[in-house]
Amino acid sequence: MSILLYKVALFMYALATLISLVAVVRNRGTEGRQARLLLLFAFGVHTVTLVVRYFEAGYTPVTNLHESLSFFAWALAGVFILLDLHIRMQVMAAATATLVTVFMLFGSLMPMQTQDLNPVLDSFWLPIHVGLSFLGSAVFTVAFVAAILYLIQERMLKSKKFSALHYRLPSLETLDRVNYRCLKFGFPLMTMGIISGAAWAESAWGTYWSWDPKESWALITWFLYAALLHGRLTVGWRGRRAAIFAIIGFFFLLFTFLGVNLLLPGLHSYSSMAG
Amino acid sequence: MDIFVVGLSHKTAPVSIRETVAFAPEHIGDALEQLKEIPCIAEVVVVSTCNRVEIYAAADRAEEGIEAVTLFIAHYHGLDAEQLSSHLYVYQGDEAIRHMFRVAASLDSMVVGEPQILGQIKDAYGYAVEYGSVGLIMNRFLHKAFSVAKRVRTETNIAGNAVSVSFAAVELARKIFDTIEGKTVMLLGAGEMCELAARHFVNNGVKEVLVANRTFSRAQTLAQEFSGRAVLFENFSDHLHQVDIVLSSTGATSFIIHPDHVKRALRQRKQKPMFFIDIAVPRDIDPRVNSIGNVYLYDVDDLQGIVKANMDERQKESIAAEEIIDQEQLQFKGWMGSLEVVPTIVALRQKMERLRQREVEKTLSQIKNLDDQGRRAVEAMSQALINKILHQPTAGLKRAQKGSEAQPYVDVLQELFELEIEAPKGEMKQVDQDLDGH
Repeated sequence: MSILLYKVALFMYALATLISLVAVVRNRGTEGRQARLLLLFAFGVHTVTLVVRYFEAGYTPVTNLHESLSFFAWALAGVFILLDLHIRMQVMAAATATLVTVFMLFGSLMPMQTQDLNPVLDSFWLPIHVGLSFLGSAVFTVAFVAAILYLIQERMLKSKKFSALHYRLPSLETLDRVNYRCLKFGFPLMTMGIISGAAWAESAWGTYWSWDPKESWALITWFLYAALLHGRLTVGWRGRRAAIFAIIGFFFLLFTFLGVNLLLPGLHSYSSMAG
Repeated sequence: MDIFVVGLSHKTAPVSIRETVAFAPEHIGDALEQLKEIPCIAEVVVVSTCNRVEIYAAADRAEEGIEAVTLFIAHYHGLDAEQLSSHLYVYQGDEAIRHMFRVAASLDSMVVGEPQILGQIKDAYGYAVEYGSVGLIMNRFLHKAFSVAKRVRTETNIAGNAVSVSFAAVELARKIFDTIEGKTVMLLGAGEMCELAARHFVNNGVKEVLVANRTFSRAQTLAQEFSGRAVLFENFSDHLHQVDIVLSSTGATSFIIHPDHVKRALRQRKQKPMFFIDIAVPRDIDPRVNSIGNVYLYDVDDLQGIVKANMDERQKESIAAEEIIDQEQLQFKGWMGSLEVVPTIVALRQKMERLRQREVEKTLSQIKNLDDQGRRAVEAMSQALINKILHQPTAGLKRAQKGSEAQPYVDVLQELFELEIEAPKGEMKQVDQDLDGH
């Protein structure tokens, strides 16, 4: 049942992506509103999917790659919808919807069946640790999208060669504000994600920190964002530099999330492809 | 009834002619009164702006109307009609409809897409309504023109981007800063260009204006005008960190703003973005400033390049606009045609009805022993008969009207049945229902 719902959600995300891209090309509000509504609806279906899967599996569905991708895409869509309430940006909607669809698509290529829960994961820390970490990552992913758009817009303004995108993209200040806002919300989430992970590790493995690859890479990523936050607050890092940081940070996140599981074996390996 | 326009514009007449022919607002009423007196003109609107003077009218015999209006323009302004006519254009029927739509949609403007013209036409219509010079046709015509202009505006990008250097600068500022409300602008030099650009920024909500000029008193006057403050020219770089936007147009022969100035200011303002607009020739700002992070420098050529590109864009968009106008013109033409059809159908039905009533009365008075049921049957039969007879011609006229080919049929019907056509106004609704009902 949850697999069918997942496919429906995927289809609707794809449709929302398509319409929001059309809205960008045609630069008109009507399609923009339709795409927004559709994205909201897809998010609703996706939420139901997760709830249904929770009851089907009997645990928070974040334990294998399919479930992780699904949950991450859900968090990304949710974070974007929240942001969109404050700052409405057509191009941003199109880019984020595309990313959500891509993650969902990857999720659908993984084994989707529910399995018996690995006893190590059977803990109340599971939803807390994974939820916080993924939510933080989703917020940083939105920052990543804004950063890419920032660099495109900045490049056009500097070189004075404008494509049609220039008129559709928001202002630099707006995109930079998204960067900052994401940092403000993403950083505490990520920090709490890591702390909750350490607490869980202590109760499960008897040690707060064991330098397994996932932990190390998460820490590196955390330092990166900490540096950006610090630079922003003290010496006024912003604009291009902040955008580049957000982009690098995103690739570190991606590697921590996917690369570590697929390439580097360690304590966190239960969420690899095999599930 | 036909629509025509007699007029002149920036495309056909130099400003010396346009200013003589223009109708000042206080004279438009008088002109409308006089135009109404011309016998062959039924309805009339006078559009008078600094770029065009046009008289739109509806007349039964358009040729006569055109001649009368041409003479009127010449006489009213004490000009020689011969001489004037070389500047005048005349459009009639479809051409006049298209012309009005193009003008309202700002396709015929000096700067294509500029928005003022629509307001000016609305004013012209306002006068016409006030002086009672418009009726069924012109009301519909003008409202149609307004909606066409609106359609063009929303469905094409014709008024999209700035086509003046000052506006281009404001639009760029909006892509760097989210909004220019609350921003601070510094004027370097108090030249006219600078002042004009500054005014655009102030009109768009800039919070504070700083003015630095070699002649301090001039800086003070200008600062007063923008309710800003004057700073000493020698010290301008000390204030650089306070401003988001710098507008520069001094007469200096070498650069007065160097990368070092800007870097220092940026440090002081914690890297908050700055936008430099250098409209001086020779330039005031070292172009290397543009390569500093969070700083954007545009000189006159950059801005003019944008303006040129935007103009081209508008030209491209005007093709889409012409398509919209084609559609709307056809639709309006259809409506004009229906004006001829509708009264004819009404007259025809009325005539038939009169004949029917007379004949039914005659018949019923001849048959003495007919009961109520029989009487009703006779009534119903005669009614059905004229409905049946009229059904096909009515449908045919409707079809012809859609193809705008109704005129010959209307003429023949009016001739053969000796119909007398009344003013279409009051009957419109009823006949529309009739047309739908059959």
